[in-house]
Amino acid sequence: MTPLPKLSLCQPTPVSLFIPCLVDAMFPEVGEAMVSVFDRLGIPLLYPEGQTCCGQPAFNSGYQREAAAVARRFIDLIEGAEAIVCPSGSCVAMVRHHYPELFQDDPAMLERAVAISRKTFEFTEYLVDVLGVTEIGAVFPARATYHDSCHLARTLGIREQPRQLLRHVRDLHLVEMASADTCCGFGGTFSVNYPDISLALVDEKIDNILRSGADIVVGCDVSCLMNIRGRMTRRKETLQVLHIAQVLASAEKA
Amino acid sequence: MNPSSQPSYNEAARQGLANPCLQRSLHGLQAHYGKGALALWRTLPDPTLRSRVKARRMQTLAHLDLVLEQLADGIRARGGQVFFAATEAEANEYVRDLACKRGVRRVVKGKSMLSAEIGIDAALAADGVEVVETDLGEYIVQMAGSTASHIIAPCIHMDRQQIGRLFAKHLHIPYTDDPPTLTRAARKALRQHLLTADMGLTGCNFACAETGQITLVSNEGNIRMATTMPRLHVALMGMERIVATLDDQRDLLQLLTQAAALQKLSTYVSCVGGPSPAGDLDGPEEFHLVIIDNGRSRILADPEFREVLACIRCGACLNICPVYGRIGGHAYGSPYSGPIGAVVTPLLSGINLHADLCKGETLCGACRDVCPVANDLPRMLAALRHKLAYGDPGWHVRPQNRLEAFGFKLWRKIVGSKKCYESFLKFFRALQRPFIGPQGMIGRLPGFGGGWTGGRDLPPLASSSFRERWRQVHSKNRTDCAGTETEEQRHGG
Repeated sequence: MTPLPKLSLCQPTPVSLFIPCLVDAMFPEVGEAMVSVFDRLGIPLLYPEGQTCCGQPAFNSGYQREAAAVARRFIDLIEGAEAIVCPSGSCVAMVRHHYPELFQDDPAMLERAVAISRKTFEFTEYLVDVLGVTEIGAVFPARATYHDSCHLARTLGIREQPRQLLRHVRDLHLVEMASADTCCGFGGTFSVNYPDISLALVDEKIDNILRSGADIVVGCDVSCLMNIRGRMTRRKETLQVLHIAQVLASAEKA
Repeated sequence: MNPSSQPSYNEAARQGLANPCLQRSLHGLQAHYGKGALALWRTLPDPTLRSRVKARRMQTLAHLDLVLEQLADGIRARGGQVFFAATEAEANEYVRDLACKRGVRRVVKGKSMLSAEIGIDAALAADGVEVVETDLGEYIVQMAGSTASHIIAPCIHMDRQQIGRLFAKHLHIPYTDDPPTLTRAARKALRQHLLTADMGLTGCNFACAETGQITLVSNEGNIRMATTMPRLHVALMGMERIVATLDDQRDLLQLLTQAAALQKLSTYVSCVGGPSPAGDLDGPEEFHLVIIDNGRSRILADPEFREVLACIRCGACLNICPVYGRIGGHAYGSPYSGPIGAVVTPLLSGINLHADLCKGETLCGACRDVCPVANDLPRMLAALRHKLAYGDPGWHVRPQNRLEAFGFKLWRKIVGSKKCYESFLKFFRALQRPFIGPQGMIGRLPGFGGGWTGGRDLPPLASSSFRERWRQVHSKNRTDCAGTETEEQRHGG
């Protein structure tokens, strides 16, 4: 993996927000929470506005031509950025690992894809590994359990960063659930094409969450959280499902 | 491996999910073996072992013709016979012909996935030859008229009560669900078969070119007997199951037994290099090694899938896969189940035919982490989906789903332009209104969306998107972000 640049907080590098389509359209409050965390840290923010989707849904379903077209557009749009930060592990995994694969036969694009992949970071990774921040001054009185999203944990290797951040949230008690890194059963189009299997997986995830004794479940990918929450409300469970940015942004309320 | 007569993947998955016995067994299996293997890899005394072994596997595959020839020479020099079968039909014909010529009436088998792949049991049975499995799990599955549902634990879908009833009926013993008693009963019955069989038919965990031997791993001792007691021993070997040197074999054996069963070494490791030498009382009079291609050359020729031939059939990916862990092995409609089955079954017997195997996983990546030879199965699943998306004449693949293809073309148009994307959001925000329930969630959607809302609620599109909130609120008083629109103007619409 590329060594992460250590940046100085004295002259903070401006962060370009990479807002996944799901966050933009369905969970804008997650994007806003990320903005509020960066504002509190005094990080200048940019939002390259034409962004839509990174291309992941098409890539995972095998539609590489469509994925490449959308990836190319995203690269055109964002490559001027110094640091690109995204509140989703799977979208970062797409850019970091699959963009270079998509353009392996196009040397000019490949070079651009690799350049982008080196400066694209997942939100908690950027805070902990790049900025060296684990204490945001957040306050959130709750027993929380953390769900490891697959691409975040296994493709990007980000397991400890979110936990470190959560442990530093005042009044938040982090409890581990069993099989925290087992898939929630989302899997993109898998969830609608194979709903019975998908539901069995999310039910197991929810059972593990409930058994942990937590009153909130926190994750770094809204797609998993949408799956977990969607099943929870159907099961009439009242436990709160939150993106980590929402927990970290919560100081003002306290 | 023709699934036409079998229930669909979705249907078979539903059956697995509804089977409480299977659910209990799989849960126990995964909690112990899957997680155990991951833990083992974290504490390997030599952390480079897996990547080293993988590199050697790939190197050997690159020289497969040479190592196979060396193996064949070694075996022939000891008086063994080697037959290269291009297809399953050729392999079956060779074994049937041999059985016929030598007057074989009873065959005892060691556990072999390849034997199921080529369907040799049915081929021999058609000639009136009795075929008996001697691996306990396979014996049970055969007695039940079922098929194996796990590479290493064939009868994981059955519990001891079911096995007790089965034995009471077929072995004519009083019903018991006490495992030692059941095992003793099977042992007694199997001993008779082993003593009277004319041919032992086994698989091959791996062959070693340097020594000219095949190696078989077992915990029950049945392989040792099946390879030495009958007068003929026939071993079926997938052409990729070969290592170049004894050193490679040591490394691979170590990984195999740990990945499969968390064992430092299996109870038995049998090395066979030919028939028994003249004057030796033990061992078969004839030894035949059937080296089978049956579609493997095509995999070898494709750099995208070549690494799947590094697989050593340990079953570790089954022990960690959340999908296999719920639906069980029968849903895969092939002797190879779980993540490895989802990749290798389509490659061996038709990508269109097994499209559901290519698509029915979440790509979570747990199989890649646990694989002793670090095979990137999720990457290969995505590559198979790529073939299904557009078709691939080289692999005789037709585009699989025109509606889905159209959907992604449309998706590309929508997310390919800011204007289309924003109009799309506006349109669906209006359209979704009647579907939003009192709790603020969408509880029922027609068509494709029904797959989601059948068991889950869907949050609606937000009343204002992040981009709108950024424009209206967050971009204000931000001296540092002037000029963010210029990039957009370049690409807008």
